[in-house]
Amino acid sequence: MTDVSTRAATDAGAPYGGGRGPLVRRLRDLALVPALVVLVVLGAVLNGEFLTYANIISILGASAALALVVLGEGLILISGKIDLSLESTVGIAPAVGALVVLPAASSGLGLQWPTGVGLALILVVGAVIGWFNGLLVVRFKLNAFIVSLAMLIVLRGLLVGFTKGKTLFDMPNAFFALANTTVAGIPVSAWLAAVAFGLAGLALRYLRVGRALYAIGGNAGAARAAGIRVERVTWSVYVIAGVLASVGGLVQTGYVGALNANQGQNMIFMVMAAAVIGGLSLDGGKGTMFGALTGVLLIGVVNNLLTLAHVSSFWIQAIQGAIILVALGIARVTTGRAQT
Amino acid sequence: MTEPTAPPLVEAIDITQRFGSTVALRDARLRVLAGESHALVGRNGAGKSTLVSVLTGLLAPNAGEVRFDGEPAPPPADRDAWRSRVACVYQHSTAIPELTVGENLFLNRQPTSGGGRISWRKLRAQARELLDHWDVRVDTEARVGDLTVENRQLVEIARALSYGARFIILDEPTAQLDSNAIDRLFARMRALQSSGVTFLYISHHLQEVYEVCQTVTVMRDARTVTTAPVADLPQAALVEAMTGETAPESATAPGGARAGGPGDRPVRLDVRGLAGDGFAGVDLTVRTGEVVGLAGSSSSGKVALGETVAGLRAPASGAMALDGTPLPGGDVPGALRAGVGLVPRDRHDEGLVPDLSVAENATMTAARGLGPYGVVVPRRRRAAAQRAIADLGVVTEGPDQPVGALSGGNQQKVVMARALATDPKLLVLINPTAGVDVKSKQALLDVIDAVRTTGTSVLVISDELDDLRACDRVLVFFHGRVAAEYPAGWRDGDLVGAIEGMSDD
Repeated sequence: MTDVSTRAATDAGAPYGGGRGPLVRRLRDLALVPALVVLVVLGAVLNGEFLTYANIISILGASAALALVVLGEGLILISGKIDLSLESTVGIAPAVGALVVLPAASSGLGLQWPTGVGLALILVVGAVIGWFNGLLVVRFKLNAFIVSLAMLIVLRGLLVGFTKGKTLFDMPNAFFALANTTVAGIPVSAWLAAVAFGLAGLALRYLRVGRALYAIGGNAGAARAAGIRVERVTWSVYVIAGVLASVGGLVQTGYVGALNANQGQNMIFMVMAAAVIGGLSLDGGKGTMFGALTGVLLIGVVNNLLTLAHVSSFWIQAIQGAIILVALGIARVTTGRAQT
Repeated sequence: MTEPTAPPLVEAIDITQRFGSTVALRDARLRVLAGESHALVGRNGAGKSTLVSVLTGLLAPNAGEVRFDGEPAPPPADRDAWRSRVACVYQHSTAIPELTVGENLFLNRQPTSGGGRISWRKLRAQARELLDHWDVRVDTEARVGDLTVENRQLVEIARALSYGARFIILDEPTAQLDSNAIDRLFARMRALQSSGVTFLYISHHLQEVYEVCQTVTVMRDARTVTTAPVADLPQAALVEAMTGETAPESATAPGGARAGGPGDRPVRLDVRGLAGDGFAGVDLTVRTGEVVGLAGSSSSGKVALGETVAGLRAPASGAMALDGTPLPGGDVPGALRAGVGLVPRDRHDEGLVPDLSVAENATMTAARGLGPYGVVVPRRRRAAAQRAIADLGVVTEGPDQPVGALSGGNQQKVVMARALATDPKLLVLINPTAGVDVKSKQALLDVIDAVRTTGTSVLVISDELDDLRACDRVLVFFHGRVAAEYPAGWRDGDLVGAIEGMSDD
């Protein structure tokens, strides 16, 4: 059989566009970068404040919490599952940490545990919520979408119940340190998100367990037959995502300077938008952390531009929604990839 | 059945179809006469699927034309016109599993009563009438997903006929059928043929072509190389036309008949009183370097036994040991560690992650050797994949190509590479050559001969006699138990008889 005919044969039956070379596949990861550049140039032209140092720091600080939650959600999406409740974890995890630290006079539980314990408890709460989601979805095989939607509501309700709807703001400074401390002029929260993305990106590319996420999301049956412990890995991903969301919540608390009972509310829409714009598939098995990060930055830049433009808060939702649609369209065109 | 002067029912004239820089069809021609059953054969990737897409109007060719009854084909957008001329029953169902048989038959043309409201009563009646007319005995209210493959195919054929099409393309219809169902399908085809239905029959099983077709067209390298009455083309000539090379003399010579049998070597796999999903009381030993075949109908429990040995299923009772060490039940990583490699039943379900690269799929089972502490060093993965590609002759752009882009035979080689990546002591192969072309099949079967010389034992679980020929002995499963055993050199008729449960005396 000649080489030419083999080529023809291979491509004729190819449902996955196999004719494209590895370079093209690699370039797709960068597909959103031009859109991001255009947006930055546009912003710089439209608004003199946009490219100032202070504003760039503000974009990074404001995006850090979103980035951490997108990272967690991204890992779950790659494994072929979904967790909507992460936005409620963003609220309740730091709130529990704050409630056990604060005196009763500051709307706390009056336990007044040491600050360190409170901060550690934030991570524990995130892990426990992730574990419980994993229990329902992975072990009991309940539908991930509906389970996490129910958990979203339950956790939000618990938060409102514990705080009686009040805002917590008398926390020790350590609760705000991630957002307020800077290293080399950049908030620790942004460093943290960057490092987390870097580590996740490397793990997904160079660790067997990272590759296992793609295998599970791409074809769980094949992954199982290849000796991958599908349930264990998926469950672990839920726990990790819960912890990342709890850290995201702490970052958000620091950025805002207080902990409102609706912290994180509606955030999941931005999270999903950033993930899909960044090339992750809701069907699982596809996408990279770099892509997800560009999705986060795109949304961060757009939000910042809207703030700079002093858009009336009555209109900001409509415009944000419209911009998500436009961003999805841009991603569809520049990546040439169907979004599923 | 038709006057010699009549134009052919279907004619494809000099079809050329390009995808980018590659040519999938080059001046392909096909003439199917009314009332005949016409076979279309060729290796995977020879262009059969593309030709079917052109014949069914799903692809508009770059050059050439399709004619029905001498008339030019309808425009591509006129799906109804196409549907009234030609239909294809694909290997993978195009019916909607969650809907009933009746609704699938009349999807998007459900009979209505006043005001556009669907009349379920009429729909049931019309579905019943249609199925009765073609003598399909299936409940119209059954969910299509609950049907057997056989009945699902019949429903799809009936649906095609209900659109008025009298030209039906069957794409590997026997791939998932046991031999009784195949006989019933052939009887059905002959009955439909005598009532004026014309078939284009695509299959990798050449003996079926001789059984049920009158004419055969062979495709190779994107061309149609020959069309002849099957009577004029003996099997050797047919294989030659498909591969473009002279078929080696007795390519499937019994491998087990060689000298130095494994009878006195140490026992590798020892299965005692094993019971599980659909089988019970199974005793089985496989010696070092021995190749043992498991045959049986699709419901005989042979596949479940193989999956149990490989850890995909947990046994209900009994014991399994590899080299004297008990095998963990229902634990794939454990079985892999113990030294069991598996080619699973269906590469689409359990063999491959289509979007991931050839390299990644081929090394997915490798727990060690790609780097320390769970790290995968891409260079080592590439090297391992490159070795597998060379060893198995996988036709691919390279290790980074998504495996879903390969042809079926090459995908199956990647599944085999995945099973070999752990250097297994025991290789469990379930339907290892299902849906692959003649040449890939040989390459896959050659692996068995290669690994047995290094002392690896092989359990071949297959419906294909050719797969079983390489075995030192073949155990026949019937209703979940070992019913018979044949040493190498069995006659086809004996084995097939035992598989079908005929008493052996």
